[in-house]
Amino acid sequence: MSENQTVAAGEPLLSLQHVSLSFGGVKAISDVSFDIRKGEIRAIIGPNGAGKTSMLNVINGFYQPQLGRILFRGEARRRMRPFEAASQGIARTFQNVALFKGMTTLDNIMTGRNLRMKKSLFWQALRHGPALEEEIAHRRFCEGIIDFLEIEHIRKTPVGALPYGLQKRVELGRALAMEPELLLLDEPMAGMNLEEKEDMSRFIIEANRHLGATIALIEHDIGVVMDLSTRVVVLEYGRKIADDVPDVVKADQKVIDAYLGVAH
Amino acid sequence: MNLLNAIFVDPFAQMISSPDLLVQTIWEGFVGGVLYALIALGFVLIYKASGVFNFAQGIMMVFAALTLVGLHEHGVPAWIALLATIAIMYALAVGIERLVLRPLVNQPDIMLLMATFGITYFLIGLGEWVFGGNPKAMITQQLFLPSGALDFKILGGSVMLQKLDIAAAAIAIVMVAVLGLFFQKTRIGRALRAVADDHQAALSVGISLNQIWVIVWFTAGVVALATGIMWGARSEVSFALQVLALKALPVLILGGLTSIPGAIVGGLIIGVGEKLGEFYWGPLMGSGIDSWLAYFIALAFLLFRPQGLFGERIIERI
Repeated sequence: MSENQTVAAGEPLLSLQHVSLSFGGVKAISDVSFDIRKGEIRAIIGPNGAGKTSMLNVINGFYQPQLGRILFRGEARRRMRPFEAASQGIARTFQNVALFKGMTTLDNIMTGRNLRMKKSLFWQALRHGPALEEEIAHRRFCEGIIDFLEIEHIRKTPVGALPYGLQKRVELGRALAMEPELLLLDEPMAGMNLEEKEDMSRFIIEANRHLGATIALIEHDIGVVMDLSTRVVVLEYGRKIADDVPDVVKADQKVIDAYLGVAH
Repeated sequence: MNLLNAIFVDPFAQMISSPDLLVQTIWEGFVGGVLYALIALGFVLIYKASGVFNFAQGIMMVFAALTLVGLHEHGVPAWIALLATIAIMYALAVGIERLVLRPLVNQPDIMLLMATFGITYFLIGLGEWVFGGNPKAMITQQLFLPSGALDFKILGGSVMLQKLDIAAAAIAIVMVAVLGLFFQKTRIGRALRAVADDHQAALSVGISLNQIWVIVWFTAGVVALATGIMWGARSEVSFALQVLALKALPVLILGGLTSIPGAIVGGLIIGVGEKLGEFYWGPLMGSGIDSWLAYFIALAFLLFRPQGLFGERIIERI
């Protein structure tokens, strides 16, 4: 009830209803429901092993939940494979950077255009005519992202050779190149120093405001979470224990207990 | 003393005294090496994209060549037979992806390797059943492959180049160049490299693994067809040809399973090294040197560069 007063009520872009996921006998997620509204930055937080990454894996189709429903743009999804999720506009980054290490920054970001390049294999093989024009147009788009992320100086560097903070940035660039409607960020600031975190926060906010991406992010730095996010959902042992605007969540006794531990 | 002389002095003296023979030997080794490189390339393509060591690579080469010749025997014009064979290699790629790779996804590597043994025997059986087991002659003329030889009077002697060998080398070089361009500069090529690097990340940007597997197995099939045509033209098309794939193994040891430049350079080193060894040191060792020399070269090389030609030195954090 207080949610709707404090947060501009956007349409739900994605809503998860009573989702449960288990691996054999281990329950990773039990009966979790929440939604992500168009245009918001939605944080998912919780102690280690709470099921946050599993949640993202469910959203982009790496895992299939055993129970529950997922509505994306108001439509219920049946089993969905990752590349189908991608083609519907869901992009993501990974907790442990998952880049194509042998490829340059530019090539990595170009892979994000994969689904938007439609010219047939025949023209591509000849690298001629329409396929060449298409390649050039997409490359221009990627150069725009490179400018935006301030990584011009490493355009031609194989990403395996880059420091960790820059790799995270390239990975964000690859996800942005997909022009995603929903962008999932798994600990985008893990292992960064203060300055790198500030840069990354700025990119996330700009991606949200100017590029129009709805964002769901997992992050351990509570300060960052409180600053960035519109609403926060808190998981513990695969269950949802709180779901509200940052100020309310911060004061929630269950959340404080989950983070600080509590004598039973 | 005599032996040392025969190993370390005599062969080099011969090389210098009759350079035309040396050039001839290197050329023959080069052509063989180019063809080894093509076979190794087939292994590398599939290993990079699907993590499978494809034992069936050799038989794919024989099967493709056999299909081409067999169709022609049944009265299909050569060029149509060639296109039909390419189509059959595509169907084979789709079939392997559907029936073998997809059901076995996430299984241990050894399962996939065993599955390629299965593919091998399936293709041997299918090939023999449809086209018979007798050796056949490659339809060289119908495919406008040249025959005869060019004789160059140089270096105080003569060097003879088979026109077929020249064509084989040229076709192989063009093919490698086209593949290289395709991998570096196109969307599908980027997707292939992406899959080779990181499956999960590739999935997350919307690359369909299934589609990539079909493309890779099809590409390897076309490379196998080209190799089969050229080896078939040099000898004949028979199931015995598949042992040539074993010659690709030292190439892979040398070049690494994941490196395309490695496959090419490794193929050339093995091809040239083998011919030189056979010609200059062969008489010393007795016959049969060609069956083990390639492995010897690869192993000797590994003593000095354990990561292979282009492999990265693996440094593990402990």
